[in-house]
Amino acid sequence: MSSDTAKKGDILLEMRDVRIDGFSDERWHEIVKGVNLTLRRGEVMGLIGESGAGKSTLGLAAMGYARPGCKITGGSIMFDGMDLVATREAEKRKLWGTRIAYVAQSAAAAFNPAHRLIDQTVEATVRAQLRSDKEARSDARVLYKDLQLPNPDTIGDRYPHQVSGGQLQRVMTAMAMSPRPDLIIFDEPTTALDVTTQVEVLAAMREIVETFHVAAIYITHDLAVVAQMADFIKVLRFGEEVEQADTRTMLEAPKMPYTKSLWSVRELEKPEDKGKDIIMEIKGVDAAYGDLKVLDNVNIKIPRGRTVAVVGESGSGKSTTARVMTGLLPPLKGEVLFNGEPLPGALKERSRDQLHRIQMIYQMADTAMNPRQTVEEIIGRPLEFYLGLKGRERENRVIELLKMIELDESFMDRLPSELSGGQKQRICIARALAADPDIIICDEITSALDQIVQEDILKLLLRLQRDLGITYMFITHDIATVKAISDEIVVMFQGKVVEQGLKSEILSPPHPDYTELLLSSVPEMDPDWLTHLLEERQKTEGQTAAE
Amino acid sequence: MNNADESYSPLNESATRITRRTRAQKIWLGLKKAPLSAWFGLIVIIAYLLVALFAQLLAPYGEAQIFPEPYAQWSAEHIFGTDQIGRDVYTRLIYGAQNTIGIALVTTFLSFLIGGGLALAATITRGWTDQILSRTVDALMAIPSLIFALMLLSMFGSSITSLIIIIAVLDSTRVFRLTRSVAINVVVMDYVEAARLRGEGIGWIMRKEILPNIMPPLVAEFGLRFCFVFLTVAALSFLGVGIQPPAADWGSMVRENASLIQFARYDIKAAITPLLPAAAIALLTVAVNFVVDWFLHKTSGLRDEF
Repeated sequence: MSSDTAKKGDILLEMRDVRIDGFSDERWHEIVKGVNLTLRRGEVMGLIGESGAGKSTLGLAAMGYARPGCKITGGSIMFDGMDLVATREAEKRKLWGTRIAYVAQSAAAAFNPAHRLIDQTVEATVRAQLRSDKEARSDARVLYKDLQLPNPDTIGDRYPHQVSGGQLQRVMTAMAMSPRPDLIIFDEPTTALDVTTQVEVLAAMREIVETFHVAAIYITHDLAVVAQMADFIKVLRFGEEVEQADTRTMLEAPKMPYTKSLWSVRELEKPEDKGKDIIMEIKGVDAAYGDLKVLDNVNIKIPRGRTVAVVGESGSGKSTTARVMTGLLPPLKGEVLFNGEPLPGALKERSRDQLHRIQMIYQMADTAMNPRQTVEEIIGRPLEFYLGLKGRERENRVIELLKMIELDESFMDRLPSELSGGQKQRICIARALAADPDIIICDEITSALDQIVQEDILKLLLRLQRDLGITYMFITHDIATVKAISDEIVVMFQGKVVEQGLKSEILSPPHPDYTELLLSSVPEMDPDWLTHLLEERQKTEGQTAAE
Repeated sequence: MNNADESYSPLNESATRITRRTRAQKIWLGLKKAPLSAWFGLIVIIAYLLVALFAQLLAPYGEAQIFPEPYAQWSAEHIFGTDQIGRDVYTRLIYGAQNTIGIALVTTFLSFLIGGGLALAATITRGWTDQILSRTVDALMAIPSLIFALMLLSMFGSSITSLIIIIAVLDSTRVFRLTRSVAINVVVMDYVEAARLRGEGIGWIMRKEILPNIMPPLVAEFGLRFCFVFLTVAALSFLGVGIQPPAADWGSMVRENASLIQFARYDIKAAITPLLPAAAIALLTVAVNFVVDWFLHKTSGLRDEF
């Protein structure tokens, strides 16, 4: 519903000295501390920063909205000549969903499971009487087509659970586009998706933003993603602006040290080393949940003191392999060898001595620690359970372990809720170390963390491996992480091992088809990466079609 | 540390710290914010407990002491008169608190021990254990509990022990269901899996990993269950199969003096006498419910205000 006089390049949104307070621990804290922002029609702004930097809060403030527990305390937010800070709620409601649209991180949680997709796509448009129901529906189908959804004419008749996550995210973009808004706010729209799906969604979003000349704010903590989408980038930290520049300048020559440190994360790389003997071997393992077979003849060898990275998209059987190794899921067929000896398939049959040698670290540190136990209890329990340490001895060892993970004894009496995301994951690492393990299985342990924290955790793991000679099996879908930490790589697809080999072998061509797709889908810190990739894929498709 | 060019260190990553408070401080903080109804409930409950604990000191006469005049009027000597065989009603009201509350408390504890323990075991082991226990509970719950209790009491006799055990077992089915439904959300957490991987036994997982995380709903349920048990004991006593004479009990006191109600038009005080124990039951039930309501509101997180 952009007015006809609006031109590309007119200032659409101007935020001046915006301040937002959030309520926590029975006090109000300032979480956005005077940020300025100017966005013109047809521009895409990337908003990046670690969690807690206030980027989502600022994104929502661009709509004049503060989520429960937050309030806008100062500054002005001019949207197309209207100050949203001073505007009444009822007036703002007319803008939301029609002139300003919001695409949330979790599409699955944002759709009503009881309504068909197309009904939800056109709802705002029809309610605001921008178009008739019929027009809106045929327009939605055109949008589905533009977004390259399969069967664009009928996909709208499905319910949210009947389409995949990536498709749902694209339908949500169509929903946001349906009323032809002036401004779209994308809040980490691809964070929950696999890399292979992410590429498609990114391409579709970029296409639609360009076609309709809408202005967009793209919030993310993934630099490579934002490089594909944004015209210029603003970096936030602790609710303040660190710096802002156009995408190319920002990528090539960031000014501030903080920004540089963000950029350096992806440059971490470990020299590979083959290792001598095999510590753990998975031999011809089949496994199933009930009738659903998830692992099919899986063979993996893990060399001692080295890191094996297992990559693949969700549902490929990575985590199930870990469950078989730990004994949580006894295999239907095949066996797990540890130091050449077969391990009992079921957890109950393994001895304490076997148990402490294989430790596991989880993706979500939040749920991996009992919220009612203090750090000392969490780390101290394996010490007591496996090594029989008590009292003073146990306390001293806990302090030693805390120092090993670069924390100190002031953390002893903290509860998990009093730790930041990175600290939580460190405590989980300490808990695994406390058991004096030979091998640690890391299940996506960095994927929920900010990049800068990720890098630090990876460095810590590398140091521990050097000092203690621990073996890692590292499950991940992030190739940057793989480069940083692994010696060998296992690629999994649909419950099968596609290939296993040294990092250099796997990462250099020629690749099997699936590895190729997986590797090429990982965003690079190059603003032209997505363009090139799409061109290339089109070319190969053209070739195969011609043949 | 809010400086952008300071180098990164895990030690000063921002995280909200909760002010350390002792348990007493926390309770006092909570109480200060409690609504009037909760305060009323707490005061009533404390008064009842004091009466129950010090019944021997507070009562003017002995529990089963019989005076020559049955159905005596209210007087300075017998504040609420005497009952059908000449026992002091006021004294028996006080002893009734001790018997009824004592038995109800013991029964509720026992039902939580049985129901809660089995439910936790069922959620942790799942599989057949869970199926058998859950279906048994379903079967037990299908039978109206008062009738079932009556039947069992007539089979095993109305001793205090069998009374406690029978009510506890029947009530534990409700506790089982609640505990299972809240524990099942905790048992899928990664930290429970981590404990299993460590090789912890079922007892540790029950006590240390799950129980602390499901306490709030269980405490609230304890209050409500206590009320129901209390009412069941009173009801069974009223029917004559509960606490047996000469032990004083509010339920049987209502029954024994019920006939006095018909004399309301001659002596209103006499008519009130059988209602006194009933009122005592009602007041305690209301008080416990007030406190439970407040506690549930506080722990459920359903708060709109900031």
